[in-house]
Amino acid sequence: MSEHSIYRPQSAFMQWMERRLPIAGLVYSSFVVYPTPRNLNYWWTFGGILSFMLGVQIVTGIVLAMHYTPHVDFAFNSVESIMRDVNYGWLLRYLHANGASFFFVAVYAHIVRGMYYGSYKDPREVLWILGVILFLLMVVTGFMGYVLPWGQMSFWAATVITNLFSAIPGVGDPIVTWLWGGYAVGNPTLNRFYSLHYLLPFVIAGVVVLHIWALHMVGQNNPTGVEPKAEKDTVSFTPYATAKDAFFIGVFCLFLAWFVFYIPNYLGHSDNYIPANPGQTPTHIVPEWYYLPFYAILRAIPNKLLGVIALISSIVLLAFLPWLDTSRVRSANYRPLYRQFLIVYFLVVIGLGYLGSQPPEGGYVIAARILTGYYFIFLLIILPLLGLFEKTKPLPNSISESVLREGVAVAASAPPSGSRG
Amino acid sequence: MNAHRSIAFVFALTAFLPALGTCVASAQEQEIPPKLHWSFAGPFGLYDPAQLQRGFKIYKEVCSTCHSLKLLAFRNLADPGGPAFTEAQAAAIAATFQVTDGPNDQGEMFQRPGKLADRFPSPFPNDQAARAALGGALPPDMSVLAKARSVERGFPWFIFDAFTQYQEDGPDYIQAILNGYEDPPPAGFTLPPGAQYDKYFPGNAIGMPKPLSEGQVEYTDGTPATVDQYGRDVSAFLMWAAEPTLDARKRLGFQVFVFLIVLTGLLYFTKKRVWHEVKHHPELLEPHPPTEYRS
Repeated sequence: MSEHSIYRPQSAFMQWMERRLPIAGLVYSSFVVYPTPRNLNYWWTFGGILSFMLGVQIVTGIVLAMHYTPHVDFAFNSVESIMRDVNYGWLLRYLHANGASFFFVAVYAHIVRGMYYGSYKDPREVLWILGVILFLLMVVTGFMGYVLPWGQMSFWAATVITNLFSAIPGVGDPIVTWLWGGYAVGNPTLNRFYSLHYLLPFVIAGVVVLHIWALHMVGQNNPTGVEPKAEKDTVSFTPYATAKDAFFIGVFCLFLAWFVFYIPNYLGHSDNYIPANPGQTPTHIVPEWYYLPFYAILRAIPNKLLGVIALISSIVLLAFLPWLDTSRVRSANYRPLYRQFLIVYFLVVIGLGYLGSQPPEGGYVIAARILTGYYFIFLLIILPLLGLFEKTKPLPNSISESVLREGVAVAASAPPSGSRG
Repeated sequence: MNAHRSIAFVFALTAFLPALGTCVASAQEQEIPPKLHWSFAGPFGLYDPAQLQRGFKIYKEVCSTCHSLKLLAFRNLADPGGPAFTEAQAAAIAATFQVTDGPNDQGEMFQRPGKLADRFPSPFPNDQAARAALGGALPPDMSVLAKARSVERGFPWFIFDAFTQYQEDGPDYIQAILNGYEDPPPAGFTLPPGAQYDKYFPGNAIGMPKPLSEGQVEYTDGTPATVDQYGRDVSAFLMWAAEPTLDARKRLGFQVFVFLIVLTGLLYFTKKRVWHEVKHHPELLEPHPPTEYRS
C-alpha cells in the first residue's frame, strides 16, 4: 500500500496542475490516505456531522437572507412571508431553525466524546482550545440568529443577554449602549446582529480549517487513549472513516427530518410567534434549549456581576481542561473514578438545563446552586486532584492489542457478525 | 455501583427540590386545556377542507369584527392544502370586503371591493383605535395566533411529545378558551370591570366577551351548530392560517423519510462491507504507511 501514501497524478492535466497548485495532493493526503485509529467508535462521527451541519446552515441561511428584511418594522412579517410566499420557504426556515438545534446536539456530543476519552491532553491542547473557540462562536452566532425573527422572545432575549454587559463595573452601561447602537434594543441592534450573524459562520468555517489542520498534525485520539504505535493500528481515512461518517450522517439526518417535517416548532417557544413588543415583557424569558445550562448557572448566583463571571467561566474553563486534568491517562475507560465523576458532571449539566427552563424561584434556585457548585468543583478541584490520587487500570500496549483482545472475547462468546457494526 | 448511586442522587435532587418549590409557588392552579383530536395531527394528518371552510365562515361572521388576519391574502383561500375554495369562490369572497387603495390621481385614498391579491383588511385602522373601541382590550392579530399560544406541558410530558408528535397545543388552547367561559365566576373571584371569567385563560380574567353561542352561525352541511363544534372549526381554521403549508410539509416529509431510510440503509451495508476485513480478520490487515504528517 505504500505507493498510495504519496499522490501521483495519472492524467497529464492533473500532473500539470499538481506542479502549479497541489490541491489534489492536499485532499489526497488529508482525506484519503490520512491514517485514523482503527478502533474509533460512532462518537467519532460527530466531527463529520458538524462539518455537514455547518454547510446546511450556511446554504439555507444564504437563501433565507435573500428574502429576509432586517428592520424592526418588517423583520417579523418578512419571516412569515418566507413561510407563506417563498417557494419551499417553510422548508428553508424550519431546516435552518432546527438545524441550529441539531448543530448544538452534534457539538455537545463532540464535546462529551472529547471529555470522556481525554482528547484534550498532550499533544492535542491547541486542537481542543480551537474547539472551545468554535463552540463560543457558535453560541454567539446562534444567539444573534434567534434575535432576527423579531418575535417577543427574540427581543427580550436580546435585551436580557446584552444587559449582562452592564454588570461590568464602571464601563458597563456605555458598553451596553455601544452594543445596542442606542438606548434600547432597536433597529440598529437588529441590523448589526444580522450583519454579524451573516459574518460569523464564515469565521467559524475559518477556525474549522485550523481545527482540522491541528487535528491532522497530531492525529485522532481513540477509545483506548493509546497513540497508534504501528501501521496496523490505523486504517486509511477513505474508505473506512468516510463510509462510517456517511452512514451516521444519514442516521443524524433522519432525526433532523423528524423535527423539520413533523414537529418543526417543538424546540421553539410559542411567544416568538408574537411580534416583538418593547412595552410588554413575557412572563418567563427563556433562551433556546442549548443555552439553558448556562442560563441556570447565571441565575443561580444572586450577584449579577458574579453571575456573569460564572456564566463566562463555565465555558472558558473548558479551554483549560488540558491543564486542569493532571492525569496522564486519557480515556475514562481506564479511569474508574474519573468516569463516575464525569458522568455525574454530564448529568449535572442536563439537570441545569432543566432548571434553566424553569422560573427562578423556590426549590429550583436551591437545586441550581447545588448543581452549579458541582459544575465548578468538578472542573477546579476534582479534576486536578484525581490525577494525583486515582489508581488507573492497566492500559493496553497498543490499539491492535486491545482490538484483538476484544475480538477474541467476541469470537469466544458470539458469532463475529454480532460485533459492533 | 457508586456511579449508579450518584446518578440517582443527581436525578433525585433535580426532581425533588423543584417539586417542593412548585408546591409552594402554585397556590392558584390553572386549568389545563384538554388534548383533542385534530385531523391534522400525526405524521399523515392533513387539514379537512370542509372544516376549514366552516372555520372561515366563523372567522368572517364572528371573529373578523374585532380580530385582524393581516398576513393572509384572499388568494390563500384557494391555495392547495387550504380550505379548497375555487379561485372564483375566493374572488367572490374577496369582493365582499372593502379595501383601502390609493392614492389615486387626485391624491386621495379610496375604497374598492377586494381582489384575490389583497390581504384581509383589518377591522380597526390601528391598535389605538381598537383599544378605544373595545374598552382598552386589544384583540390580537389571528394570522399566527395558533402557533403563538401553547399549553405548558411540563416534565416528563414534553419528552413524550417529541415522540408522539404533539404539535396541536395551539388549537387545543384556542378551543379551550372559547369553551371555558363561566358566568357567574366562581365564588371568591373578583373580576376586574369589563372582563369575563374564563377557566383556561391565564389569570382567568379575559377582555373578550363570550364570542360564540349555539346556533349563531348557520352551517349548511349538517354539522351540528354547537359552540363546541364552532370552536373546533375555527381553531382548525386558525391553525391553517398560522401554518398554511402543513399539508405540503407532511407529504414531503414522508417522501424524505422513505428516501433517507433507503439511503441510510445502503450506507450501512456499504460501511459493513468496507469494514468487514478490519472487524473480522484484523490479523490479516496490511501494514499502513505513515504519511508525511506523522513522524
